Amino acid sequence: MSEFLPHETVESQPFWEACRQERLLLQRCDRCGRFQYYPRALCVHCAGVDLTYEQVSGRATVHAFSVVHRAPHPRFADRVPYVVALVTLDEGPQMMTNITGAPIDEIHVGQTVRVTFERVDDDVTLPMFTPEGAG
Amino acid sequence: MIPLRGAAAIAGVGESPFATVPGKTAMQFAAEAAGAALEDANLTFDAIDGLVTAYSVGEPFRFFATVLAEYLGLQPRWLSQVNVGGSVGNLLVEHAAMAVATGMADTVLCVWADNRRSAIGGTRTISTVADLAAHPDYELPFGPMVPSLYALAANRYSTQYGDASGGLADVAVTMRDYAVRHPKAHKRTPITRDDVLSSPMVSTPLHALDCCLISDYGAAAIVTSAERARDLVGGAPLILGVGEGTTHEFISQAPSLTQTGAQRAGEAAYRMAGLGPGDIDLAYLYDCFTITVLLLLEDLGFCGRGEAPAFVASGALAASGELPTNTHGGLLSYSNGGFLHVVEAVRQLRGDGGDRQVPDAETALVHLQGGVLSTHATLILGVDR
Repeated sequence: MSEFLPHETVESQPFWEACRQERLLLQRCDRCGRFQYYPRALCVHCAGVDLTYEQVSGRATVHAFSVVHRAPHPRFADRVPYVVALVTLDEGPQMMTNITGAPIDEIHVGQTVRVTFERVDDDVTLPMFTPEGAG
Repeated sequence: MIPLRGAAAIAGVGESPFATVPGKTAMQFAAEAAGAALEDANLTFDAIDGLVTAYSVGEPFRFFATVLAEYLGLQPRWLSQVNVGGSVGNLLVEHAAMAVATGMADTVLCVWADNRRSAIGGTRTISTVADLAAHPDYELPFGPMVPSLYALAANRYSTQYGDASGGLADVAVTMRDYAVRHPKAHKRTPITRDDVLSSPMVSTPLHALDCCLISDYGAAAIVTSAERARDLVGGAPLILGVGEGTTHEFISQAPSLTQTGAQRAGEAAYRMAGLGPGDIDLAYLYDCFTITVLLLLEDLGFCGRGEAPAFVASGALAASGELPTNTHGGLLSYSNGGFLHVVEAVRQLRGDGGDRQVPDAETALVHLQGGVLSTHATLILGVDR
């Protein structure tokens, strides 16, 4: 069974290292200029193989969310209820994340959110998102 | 090119008993279902020269098809394993039909069995399935349940088209109404819309009764040429159309939460069959969660965008409605195991629906999906004229 924690690969290491430094870096294709997530060995848009990590704004919009009432793993047991969401970064790609730092009943689709980082342990820092103006 | 339409038929179907029996293996369920399907087709195991199967969560042999062939005492000249999640039930039939049409096999056993409920059980099954349905690095760390992954689509749907809670609940009620009349269904207690809406919230907006069963099951079908089927049995339905559509695996990569690859799969199957949504008498739609049924009704052209809740509320999916759907009670109330949708469709088209028989049913559309709205397969069956 998974520990519900990410594992780094050669191609994703810069992303996760940046998270540990509380920076959000995404791959950008040298050929077509589009951002992508998650990290891959090729550009998912144009199949180009030259990709450069670039820091993004950290700003996004809530695309959809769900309030989780049962933890799928003990790691989440004392957080219930918590919000799982898909957010669309201003730069285009979509990410799954948790919305934190605001009352659950204030969260809505279309809301502007900003990245914030949560340290889980020495190896893992996760990108979360908080409503703009909250907290 | 070899035309697939009408080349092959489903000559027999079978299922295993569904009681949760600790220690009973997926292989055992497969054997029981296969034996039942062969008997239904007036055949024995030595008639089988092709085998196609899926995977088992409870008994995860990596080379499940080869192990199954060995377990059953088969040495097939055509062997395949399809491993794309819940759409596999239709893909077993699709692949078998292609094997028969090309002469790679004459009589194919399609079988899907899993003992996930008794092998893993309860809450550990929930985590195990979450492992499969969510990306281990980019989704699981944020703690989604499997229902959460589908709940995101329900949330987006409600945002776009208005609160769909009632429509979701109506799907669950309709499935239960059918299951009440099926002696083998797991859940046979009638429920109301209020029962669904007041059942425990799992991941908004999906309640417990919006979520499918976790079951042990075995289901099988015998696919052979249309000519051979006519020799073996009366009334074997023909495979008229098949189609697929795959857009992603993990929901955070889906191009849309409200329109799925089902549209492309359905269009391909309709085109092959020479039929449209209005020609379909019975529908079998993958009801892993109630939201899936609403999305599939729209993607397959049975109603317009945003109209599925009203369509369901009108009673259209009920036995007396214009599109009886999941007449056995589906994944929500009969049993987990999408291949059982195929089994029930065949039974209805043969007139073997018992108390559930829908009169004058001549065409059935089965649509199964896998992953999280990820991979789709449509199968259209029709009475052999």
